Amino acid sequence: MSLLHLAIISPFLFAIIIPILYKLFRQVHTGWFVLPLPILLFSYFISFISSTSNQEIITESVPWIPALGVDFIAKVDGLGLLFALLITGIGSLVVLYSIYYLSKDKEKLNTFYVYLLLFMGAMLGVVLSDNLIVLYTFWEFTSFSSFLLIGYWYDREKSRYGAQKSMLITVLGGLSMLGGIILLYIMTGTFNISEIIEQAAAISVDPLFIPALICILLGAFTKSAQFPFHIWLPDAMEAPTPVSAYLHSATMVKAGIYLVARMTPVFASEGLWVWLIAGFGIVTLFWGSFNAVKQTDLKAILAFSTISQLGMIMSLLGLGAAALHYDDIESSFFGAATTAAVFHLFNHATFKGSLFMVAGIVDHETGTRDIRKLGGLMNFMPITFTLAIIGTFSMAGLPPFNGFLSKEMFFTGMVRVLELNIFNFETWGMLFPVIAWIASVFTFLYSMILVFKTFTGKYKPEQLEKKPHEAPIGMLISPIILASLVIIIGFFPNILSNTIISPALESILPNNTIDVHISFWHGPTPELFMTIGVIALGILLFLTLPKWRKVYDLFPTKLTLNRLYDGGLAFTQKAANKITKTYMNGSIRSYLVYIFAFFIVILGTTLAVKNAFKLDTSNVSSIGFYEILLALAIMIGSISILFVKSRMTAIILLGSVGYTVSLFYVLFRAPDLALTQLVIETISVALFLLCFYHLPKELNKERMSFKLTNAIISIGVGAMVTLIALSAHSNKLFDSIAEYYIENTYTEAAGKNMVNVILVDFRGFDTLFEITVLTIAALGIFAMIKLRMGGGKKNENK
Amino acid sequence: MILLAVKIAILCMSVAILGLLYRVLKGPSVPDRIVALDAIGINLVAIVALTAIFLNTSAFLEVILLIGILSFIGTVAFSKYLEKGVVLERDRDY
Repeated sequence: MSLLHLAIISPFLFAIIIPILYKLFRQVHTGWFVLPLPILLFSYFISFISSTSNQEIITESVPWIPALGVDFIAKVDGLGLLFALLITGIGSLVVLYSIYYLSKDKEKLNTFYVYLLLFMGAMLGVVLSDNLIVLYTFWEFTSFSSFLLIGYWYDREKSRYGAQKSMLITVLGGLSMLGGIILLYIMTGTFNISEIIEQAAAISVDPLFIPALICILLGAFTKSAQFPFHIWLPDAMEAPTPVSAYLHSATMVKAGIYLVARMTPVFASEGLWVWLIAGFGIVTLFWGSFNAVKQTDLKAILAFSTISQLGMIMSLLGLGAAALHYDDIESSFFGAATTAAVFHLFNHATFKGSLFMVAGIVDHETGTRDIRKLGGLMNFMPITFTLAIIGTFSMAGLPPFNGFLSKEMFFTGMVRVLELNIFNFETWGMLFPVIAWIASVFTFLYSMILVFKTFTGKYKPEQLEKKPHEAPIGMLISPIILASLVIIIGFFPNILSNTIISPALESILPNNTIDVHISFWHGPTPELFMTIGVIALGILLFLTLPKWRKVYDLFPTKLTLNRLYDGGLAFTQKAANKITKTYMNGSIRSYLVYIFAFFIVILGTTLAVKNAFKLDTSNVSSIGFYEILLALAIMIGSISILFVKSRMTAIILLGSVGYTVSLFYVLFRAPDLALTQLVIETISVALFLLCFYHLPKELNKERMSFKLTNAIISIGVGAMVTLIALSAHSNKLFDSIAEYYIENTYTEAAGKNMVNVILVDFRGFDTLFEITVLTIAALGIFAMIKLRMGGGKKNENK
Repeated sequence: MILLAVKIAILCMSVAILGLLYRVLKGPSVPDRIVALDAIGINLVAIVALTAIFLNTSAFLEVILLIGILSFIGTVAFSKYLEKGVVLERDRDY
């Protein structure tokens, strides 16, 4: 157990003592106890920067299940470190923010911080694990803790709905990812990502390669809210705002992006990988930004904006993967797309985190998040307004904020798609820059809506629950830090490039050194004109918004993906219910029909397929006259049972059949069996009489009606058993072991009755448990009668 | 010679049982059936005895005694059931 492992699991360990601290120190906000941990972790991970920027990879291994090749291998490389810093850094800020956001007296803080720490530890585990099974374990832990956090206010219907929805969708993806991991293991024989990457070229021709690719991508797409799995993210906004800021903008939704980036060296040789990621990413980008415009809830706008930005990062990663198909990455410029992805990943975490916190402040201070009710808050909340301006302008891609830089690089990547000449990009690649540009216009538009509808315009005090005022300073610290980062990186982007981005690129595109050239932001490139066009059209659309807003009404509400999800869920339940009800009708007769029908079909098919039916008469003894007579008596007796009218007659006939069987025993020289059979038959008949005494005497009221199915099945079962018995008799492969008993009954066991010696000596264990069976039956009958009578008495007393 | 006689005897007994079986099936009343069953029991005793002679063994003599006891008990139980509606009467003190 190294310090690195301890760092990864420390949130889990700390989560254990949170409830104790909560109970012991009720007057102190529990968040203060939590806060040091992420700060400590953040400083610890900062210390790795010097080694990762020298292309060093720190690996620590602890055996977990070595027999299955599952070891907890913690690996810190550029990509893992970038994520670890985001998780712990934003984690610290979110904890600080939550201390002021969540009330100490009204909220169950112990559960909140336990869930949050679980999530933090799980997320660190995801990004720092080199073993895929460990990664999957932590991955599901993030889904699970996210479920708990979304449903934090579990007394609200919508929270539960959102939590269930996100759980179902992310676990669907998680399971499919597990399938992909197992396929990778089948192909490579290892769960370790670094070893899989070494075999990447060999496995790319494997028939399991494409299924593994699709399975892994499904996991990444569901987690990172890519189209059409994005629907859980807007509903996850029912979580407390610190959770939305942390999980649903900065960290968890980027787990899918992390996975894609991590797996790029494995799968990028396949054109499908490039196409799927770039294609779904660009569709998500457009769909998210398009839908964000029509939202009226601040957090809903931010949720769709997150979806859209994740799509953007995803599409950049997809195009960046195409870089691996060129020998000279430096000159092909596709590495630039990956650079943009990593850079924007970082930028998005900063500005989206601060925007969520701003939305939380607005909600906290005014009592609503509906932009139709908000307006003119600028004068009341100047600091919040400044923060919102910085965040949204960065999101819209305006200079001088960091969003501008990554948006420029995004356009660069998209424009360069036109230069791609593999995987049919020369025909369809044109769509990428066009869609990207349109989506950017919408991004600009909703960013403007977000800030100007909230903070400028007419102040509507009558619609607000509280009198708005500036937030307490503690609540503002975290967004201020994030906003300062937005500005600092905007002005000095290169402080990140060599320390963080370059090592991360090294992990995504191994064996290629890419000189990160963020400084190239000047010059009249096509990207710059695209940005100017975005701003111009965006402003125009913003000003004329009321006129064209009706466009959104054109989309039929019945055809949304949410309706599909809800309908699908309801349909599944209904269909499953219906199917179950058709065959589980509660009638034992139907169940017997199924059982016997399967018996006939399976045994019959086996007999037919294996060609097992054989009739061998060489081994058959001659049939005597008495046997025929007795058989006739049994047949008459048993067939008559089916047709008699009174129960009494049926019992008597059954008894006569039993007695005839005992005669058979006599005839076949089995005196002990005959004795037992006679006694048991008598007792059974007596018991039947006892039972039937309590029933109506005649069968007439519910006469056994003739049912064709029953007749066919009973004849089928009879025929099948007969066929099997005949075949079994004709297929005797070995001699009987009876000779041994015949020789040794007297010499070994001192008895002359062979049946009895077998029962109590040679195979006495069977007898022991038959005795047990009888004891249990007797006790059971006794208990049933006694208990029933006791219950009856109680009822009588009442 | 004796074996032939035994065979003929068993045949006769079997025919008798078939006849009694007809009575068991046909009824018309329950006592008819019970008497027929009792008679079948007696006939079984005879058949088992004859079979023992035929197989030249004494292993089935216990069966003969048992059938005698059971058919008696069975007939008594049936009769009591028909007469009183129960086979075992409850203890009055209970």
